[in-house]
Amino acid sequence: MNEIPLSYSLGVSAILFAIGVAGVVVRRNAIVLFMCVELMLNAVNLAFVALSPYAGVQGQVFVFFVIAVAAAEAAVGLAIMIAVFRHRESLDMKNFSLLRW
Amino acid sequence: MQITFTLILFLFFAACAIGSALAMVTRRNPVACAMWLIGTFFSVAAIYTLLGAFFIGIVQILVYAGAIMVLFLFVIMLLNLGHDYEDDIRGTGWKIMAGGAALLVIAFLGRVFGGELPRPLGMEAGPQALATSAAQNGVVGVIGVPLYTDFMVPLQATAILLLVSVVGAVVLAKRKV
Repeated sequence: MNEIPLSYSLGVSAILFAIGVAGVVVRRNAIVLFMCVELMLNAVNLAFVALSPYAGVQGQVFVFFVIAVAAAEAAVGLAIMIAVFRHRESLDMKNFSLLRW
Repeated sequence: MQITFTLILFLFFAACAIGSALAMVTRRNPVACAMWLIGTFFSVAAIYTLLGAFFIGIVQILVYAGAIMVLFLFVIMLLNLGHDYEDDIRGTGWKIMAGGAALLVIAFLGRVFGGELPRPLGMEAGPQALATSAAQNGVVGVIGVPLYTDFMVPLQATAILLLVSVVGAVVLAKRKV
């Protein structure tokens, strides 16, 4: 555990988070956009786990909660996508504009 | 810092995670995206294990790669999106914006992480305490004991959250309420 420098794992976490942000901006398919959000959650989990030896085991407990919240979020989000698909026959993000203006 | 086997493994899995994440963002087919994301999850689980969080690594594979991604693939196949990928990726302007946003995030996080980080438990004492806890309570007990003592209320709140979200998902996906 001590052999991996803290900055390395935090750097990997930052890069994964940035890839997730880029994916959310650039993708159009709502389901892929959702996967990018999951990737961002994972990057944050990685930062929590990397810091947990130096800041207490609470980091790993938080990862547990984040995973539970991600599961709940996936269930609700995919249900919303099924509902939108039923009306519009497509999951393009331009269909998600009902509340935009 | 000397180069150890753990460090080499870490760098390998970090490269796997970042490569699969990049592939996930750039593939047009949603099923391919899901498969690359599963690759990322497995690599991140390996990194957790290398960082000493064995239980979290297993939970990552069970819950993320096992449950959540199956849910994603199920919805992709239920809605028949496997070949629905014309102009899925936005144009050049959006790509530049995405690259800028990604660079900004990396720069910001680099600034946050680059400096000397505060280590409340110290360089040696913190990992030592974690190892002692693992020797005393077992690998699951490291998380389980605080989860069922200090974090009892958040745990119950999570249970209610999961219940509400499952009911909400059923209500949203039903045809007629």
